Amino acid sequence: MSLPKVVESFGFIDLHAHLREPGFEESETIATGSRAALRGGFTTICAMPNTEPTIDSPGLVAELIARAAASDGARVLPIAAITRGRRGKELADLVELAAAGAVAFSDDGAPVEDARLFRHALEYASARDLLVIEHAQDAALSTNGVMHEGAISARLGLSGIPAAAEEAAVARDIALARLVGARLHLTHLSTAGSVELVRRAKADGARITCDVTPHHLAMTDEWVAGSRAFAWDVPGSVARATPYDSSTKVNPPLRSLADVRALWRGLADGTVDAIATDHAPHHYDEKRVEFDRAPFGITGLETAVSLCFDRLVHRGLVPVARLVELLSINPARIMRVPGGSLAEGMPADMSILAPDLHVTVSAARMRSRSKNTPFDGWSLRGGVAALHALRP
Amino acid sequence: MSARWTRRHVLDTDDWARDEIETVLDQTAAMAEILTRPIRKAPPLRGRTVILFFAEASTRTRVSFELAAKALSADVTNITASGSSVEKGESLYDTVRTLEALGGDIVVIRHGASGAPYFVAERTGAAVINAGDGWHAHPSQGLLDAFTLRAALGDLGGKRVVIVGDVLHSRVARSDINTLVPLGARVTLSGPPTLIPTAWRCGELPPGVTYEPDVDAALDGADAAIVLRLQRERQETGLLPSIREYSRVWGITEARVSRMRPNAPVMHPGPMNEGVEIDAAVAHGSRSLIEQQVTNGVAVRMALLYLLASSPMAPGRA
Repeated sequence: MSLPKVVESFGFIDLHAHLREPGFEESETIATGSRAALRGGFTTICAMPNTEPTIDSPGLVAELIARAAASDGARVLPIAAITRGRRGKELADLVELAAAGAVAFSDDGAPVEDARLFRHALEYASARDLLVIEHAQDAALSTNGVMHEGAISARLGLSGIPAAAEEAAVARDIALARLVGARLHLTHLSTAGSVELVRRAKADGARITCDVTPHHLAMTDEWVAGSRAFAWDVPGSVARATPYDSSTKVNPPLRSLADVRALWRGLADGTVDAIATDHAPHHYDEKRVEFDRAPFGITGLETAVSLCFDRLVHRGLVPVARLVELLSINPARIMRVPGGSLAEGMPADMSILAPDLHVTVSAARMRSRSKNTPFDGWSLRGGVAALHALRP
Repeated sequence: MSARWTRRHVLDTDDWARDEIETVLDQTAAMAEILTRPIRKAPPLRGRTVILFFAEASTRTRVSFELAAKALSADVTNITASGSSVEKGESLYDTVRTLEALGGDIVVIRHGASGAPYFVAERTGAAVINAGDGWHAHPSQGLLDAFTLRAALGDLGGKRVVIVGDVLHSRVARSDINTLVPLGARVTLSGPPTLIPTAWRCGELPPGVTYEPDVDAALDGADAAIVLRLQRERQETGLLPSIREYSRVWGITEARVSRMRPNAPVMHPGPMNEGVEIDAAVAHGSRSLIEQQVTNGVAVRMALLYLLASSPMAPGRA
């Protein structure tokens, strides 16, 4: 396979990042997160509202926009909560939040458990055709789980999060979106069953979109047991790491190889619309604990593009043009935000990609304030050579 | 005798070859002999310090390790969860830094979190022995069960051992499987489906292991049974309808035991809930090896301490 030395792309847009400000500035800030984004090739990132306080009022949205304007990194667009305080009890003021600048709505990390309330959220949001983004996971089925439930969790003696916890929620959410005719974006899907549910819903004409993360495309639950091999590696050819490494703890959890392959098929056949990082920074001492006590999350902004090149493009799973769709054109279309195009009126955001650039991941040199990546020290082929982003 | 022993830690036996297990069992026999002497003490660990770090309550395993270390003339010190900095909220990382500064040669750790011994081993120069971590592993229990069974049955090749009860939450079951199967035994798991790992019931069983929900069928013609402790909280969390029903359907009674081969032994890692998972008549009957398990536990732990201290990978010897 021969790729050009340099590929010019529209600036990348991450529709799912955690910037931790306000409330958890020891892990990340708008300034450090947005600089990490630029370094990773993203010119626009959408910030999830699970901060302290939760972004659930127009004043907080405005404050976030003001802080973002004062930072010198990527453009930051706020996502607001669906329910007040992300408590899943009462709807936030969705229309006013949108007027203040919220680009979408999500209780990410705390999926709306009450099906009736989630139905109303979708229904109410449809008044302005607003976008609801759901972290689809049945709370009762995932409670206490720390990794994918399967043969590996059985061997390691760790409590599992079954694929069914996600699939039951995806099925519910699709049914509700179809009931009320609303738009719904399902984020960080991780299982074969979820992809199949979305595939069928799309075929039936439902207004469903979805994304997957680079880490769910690149790793399996074997990584929790110490494997560092990818699907195509000869077993035993890659040195093992210590098991129970908390840098492999993420929610949704790293799934089985069959699930990973199903995500690849979803990328190839168009079922999956976008790749999102779910950049989830955590301060080093939060992660430096027993596996079951560690918080979920992997940083992603500075490794996503190189992982996608190395693991997807160079393996022939995704052509470069499709990668640009997944990381720029489609996120802009789903979020209805500027970008993904250089048409008149669009920002002149460009990512200059070098498919053969040799990249060595160095957690210590990351712009992100947190270093929780399982890829520290990895050599990856392909990355971002330069960026051109004009601030609005 | 321990020429093949090159391990630096004992964290899990899941990657042990058969000859490594046999090295420990042979060494255990030698240690058992020391324990029959009038003066139950030998000098090989003189001048070495063994730290017993028990972050989770335990009496029998801690005492067993303590007796084992003392029988080998080691200096022994205890760190337990209650009344210590651990209870005051000190992180495992900080506890490990303290252990490291104190300078023990061998750290024996019991911890409620699966994988905690790996966390410790990665951050200390001492040799680490896992004395039970969460639901994951209890290597010395698996080894002492293998030693006890071999003493009763001889070669375990082709022998069928039934493990009954709460396999899902049992580090003992996992370590028994990892030790008995490489020695040639076949293992039949039995118990309520809610207490067996789902992946294991649905086609991804470890090699050498089968699952039979009907405990009577599982015990028919078996060579030995290992009964697991049932925690009462399993009923409270909806995994069981009632303790009474569990006892009726899966409890080990004399009638059930008689389905096994004549004189087939019964074991239990303790502490027992008599009348729940095992009847008193069985626990104290002629088939019971439960007291031998406790006695052999000291010898197995002596063997592990001795092998680690004399391993070419031991701290200061590499």
